[in-house]
Amino acid sequence: MLGKLSWAAIPFDQPIPLLTGAVVLVAILAVLAWVVIAGHLPYLWREWITSVDHKRIGVMYTLLAMVMLLRGFSDAIMMRAQQALAFHSQGYLPPEHFNQIFSAHGTIMIFFVAMTFVIGLMNLVVPLQLGVRDVAFPTLNSVGFWLTATGALLINISLVVGEFARTGWLPYPPLSELTYSPGVGVDYYLWSLQISGVGTLVAGINLVTTVLKLRTRGMSYLRMPMFCWTTLASSLLIVAAFPILTATLAMLILDRYFGFHFFTNEAGGNMMMFMNLIWAWGHPEVYILVLPAFGIFSEVVATFSGKPLFGYRSMVLATMAICVISFMVWLHHFFTMGAGPDVNAIFGIASMIIAVPTGVKIYNWLFTMYGGRIRFTTPMMWSIGFMVTFILGGLTGVLVAVPPADFLLHNSLFLVAHFHNVIIGGVLFGAFAGYTYWFPKAFGFRLHEGLGKAAFWFWVVGFYVAFMPLYAVGFLGMTRRMQHYDIAEWRPWLMVAAGGAVLILIGIIFQIMQLVVSIRDRAELRDSTGDPWDGRSLEWATASPAPVFNFAIMPDVGGPDAYWAMKQHIKQQSLEGREPDYRDVEMPRNSPTGFVCAFFATIMGFALIWHIWWMVAAGGVGAFATFVAFAWRDHDEYVIPAAEVARIDRANLEARRAALSLAGNA
Amino acid sequence: MSDQIQDMHGHADVAPGDEEEVRVGPRLLGYVVGLGLAILLTATSFFVAGTDLVWEPSIPVAIVVLAIAQMGVHLVFFLHITTGADNTNNVLALGFGLLIVFLVMGGSLWIMSNLNHNMMPMDQIMQMQR
Amino acid sequence: MTDATLAFTQADPHNLRGMQEAVVVHEGPAPKRIVTGYGFWIFLLSDIVMFSCFFASYAVLLGKTAGGPSGAQLFDLRSVAAETACLLLSSFTCGLASIAADVRSARWYQAAMAATCVLGLTFLALEGREFASLVARGAGPTRSAFLSAFFALVGCHGMHVSAGILWLLTMMAQVFAKGFRADIMRRLLCFALFWHALDIIWVAVFSVVYLLGSAV
Repeated sequence: MLGKLSWAAIPFDQPIPLLTGAVVLVAILAVLAWVVIAGHLPYLWREWITSVDHKRIGVMYTLLAMVMLLRGFSDAIMMRAQQALAFHSQGYLPPEHFNQIFSAHGTIMIFFVAMTFVIGLMNLVVPLQLGVRDVAFPTLNSVGFWLTATGALLINISLVVGEFARTGWLPYPPLSELTYSPGVGVDYYLWSLQISGVGTLVAGINLVTTVLKLRTRGMSYLRMPMFCWTTLASSLLIVAAFPILTATLAMLILDRYFGFHFFTNEAGGNMMMFMNLIWAWGHPEVYILVLPAFGIFSEVVATFSGKPLFGYRSMVLATMAICVISFMVWLHHFFTMGAGPDVNAIFGIASMIIAVPTGVKIYNWLFTMYGGRIRFTTPMMWSIGFMVTFILGGLTGVLVAVPPADFLLHNSLFLVAHFHNVIIGGVLFGAFAGYTYWFPKAFGFRLHEGLGKAAFWFWVVGFYVAFMPLYAVGFLGMTRRMQHYDIAEWRPWLMVAAGGAVLILIGIIFQIMQLVVSIRDRAELRDSTGDPWDGRSLEWATASPAPVFNFAIMPDVGGPDAYWAMKQHIKQQSLEGREPDYRDVEMPRNSPTGFVCAFFATIMGFALIWHIWWMVAAGGVGAFATFVAFAWRDHDEYVIPAAEVARIDRANLEARRAALSLAGNA
Repeated sequence: MSDQIQDMHGHADVAPGDEEEVRVGPRLLGYVVGLGLAILLTATSFFVAGTDLVWEPSIPVAIVVLAIAQMGVHLVFFLHITTGADNTNNVLALGFGLLIVFLVMGGSLWIMSNLNHNMMPMDQIMQMQR
Repeated sequence: MTDATLAFTQADPHNLRGMQEAVVVHEGPAPKRIVTGYGFWIFLLSDIVMFSCFFASYAVLLGKTAGGPSGAQLFDLRSVAAETACLLLSSFTCGLASIAADVRSARWYQAAMAATCVLGLTFLALEGREFASLVARGAGPTRSAFLSAFFALVGCHGMHVSAGILWLLTMMAQVFAKGFRADIMRRLLCFALFWHALDIIWVAVFSVVYLLGSAV
């Protein structure tokens, strides 16, 4: 009746997941109770859960990322503690448990922190920068978010019901085959990622179509902000690469559920094909993560240097070059696994070539800063921290791109340090810069600067203290994912690394404090004009928080850095009394489709994991019925009357004029 | 959204799958011609596969070429993908997709044959351990 | 329509010089039909990449029959020819349905869609029969890696056709209930793209899997 599910699935004999699960469950119930009793549920349902507004969806993605960062970081600090302790000792985490922790850490950080953070920021910002009212497919956007949330939910359920995969964040066969992983752990992984993979693909399709087909009048391709170009490149990679992940995980599912022989040891299966296909996805994946971060830095550096971005055309070329070359390097993830020298050499050279366009970008950012009037705000600090850290990580990457060097360093802690160096230094710092930079646009008040800078310093110093020792210990021969070890030489480095993790923890605490204090002090931190940073692109041309329709009148763009020129123009001419010609605005209606679809997807995913076949069928029917119900609705838009548009816009224009005259009289 | 509709008259692009032609007659003719060509190419494919009349080593090449031709007929006559300026975005997207397909398939075939050549088959490795 | 206070021209800080005048200045967001069609086109490309992974696996696992039967011993080319004919004709009837929808003829539309549905179901029935007979002969997907790859590739295409039939029936119902409304027309455009793309994939499947598999 309930497939493989039974009371034995709950880890009554493992104190850590049991306690954690209990605490989290109580916290969730408490929050839900407060929401319902305080009467917030109708507001939440109407304004957030069923919202198809790209700004709301972007905020929800980002919130999901930050919550999952806490879970992924808990895994990290547990691992650092274990490795600091486990010298000639078993530490405090038994191997079966440790293996699940490092697998969950990687899976969560890549799929539910980095991807969601980056997609959240792209969702929030791109339509505003393009001067349009929403993405191409707003309801689909909501579906994509909620399916991603389903994936995150399933992974978290695995902590308390069943187990998680013990295979690492990429489930290499034959270990991940049914013979050697008979439990539900790998199935949790597989279905969680298949479901959230659909969500990600949908986001990619949405963003590609938005950038290519929905730009305001006058915004030709070469007048788009750089962040939109990197969004395009990243989304093209999502569309091209995620199907590979879907197909490969599907093959593993067929092996595990139906006894197919894609990757098994017997009957002719070829486990290396899994490696080949999964990395054909895996390498573009890291560029999907880092390209939007590059775009964020282009925006932040230009704004806080007070200059247009240097070398715009070369940036565009470099971005598209990275986009294409990223599909030509994937073998460097398995140099040591049997390919001959000719294959290794070609992919090694390609891996080195891909560093060149990135170098072009770094030089362009530096030249943007040169001769500018730099303001060292928190986003700018993150950008400078990124430049130093990412270059270091990139250099170690070029080092391991040399196949003979990689034969020594593959799967050592040197490699672990390298990819954390580029992902934290590149993607995470970029995400934090973007979060701080665009927070006022989303919420109408800035984040507290002092706490932001404190968080930055603890993060940066903590990162170096945590990961530089890992380079050393990698050179000393330590392999990754070790639950215990006997070599005395390694221990001091690992203890320092654990200290670094604590520094990062303090950084995270500062970030939480920053958010709490900023909300408390939001009146003082209010962004009344909509342009708190003296920005250059169109998102700063509208109020903060942006109204539901983004712009009262869609802007008409005459050149790149669209908003900057508008500002100079407006400052030179007095616009008292000249009002825009307000019109009615049609906006897409909210829809519960996304949430309901995800509900059925969660049921299906859980049922597939536990082999509850009738529940799978019920969930499938429910999902299909939801599609049909959505297709059957007669009214998919609502009208905001011109008077309402005018009222909202006039308030913002007033605030801007007030700020301008204040500045003019100063 | 109302802003979009007002721009329609100036817009140069065509949706993929749409054609400029609006009259029924030429449109029907297009589909009939496409069907006819496709039938011809398909029949040739099946014929070539089983015949002795063609030099054997060239049969795989012939089948692949005929398959590409059939896909072309579908793209032109059924999907209305043309080389016109209004179709550029559609063609570029298709080109990008095909590039990825060739990289993934070609790369995989090259890599896997290299690996298979260098490494012992799995069942032999298993036997070694027994 | 454009706001005079926001329209302007400016100097050229990015040194693009004539480049921005080289093409027609961008007219604004595209109409909904183009946006929807293009978005679906992008989705189709992602689907084609997914199929290429199954093709790649098939090519890699081609010889791995584990002592079991190979393609040449298993494939029935007459059945394949019948399946191909069904799918090709269904593409043609789908095209007829598109034309019928554009001229707003509900009768011809429903007839053409019904024909497409019948042809699609015939395809699925023939394929299902082929799969069943293979399994009965001990040549199911669990027999060898080659057969796993075969069943996955051809089965994946079959599942797409099945999903397409469900979609087709929904589109017939929608036009019956609500007529040729703009949003329904956009969905029809997407459905037609999907159905034609499935026939393109089938060309690759029958050529590479069945014809090449039998000729070898």
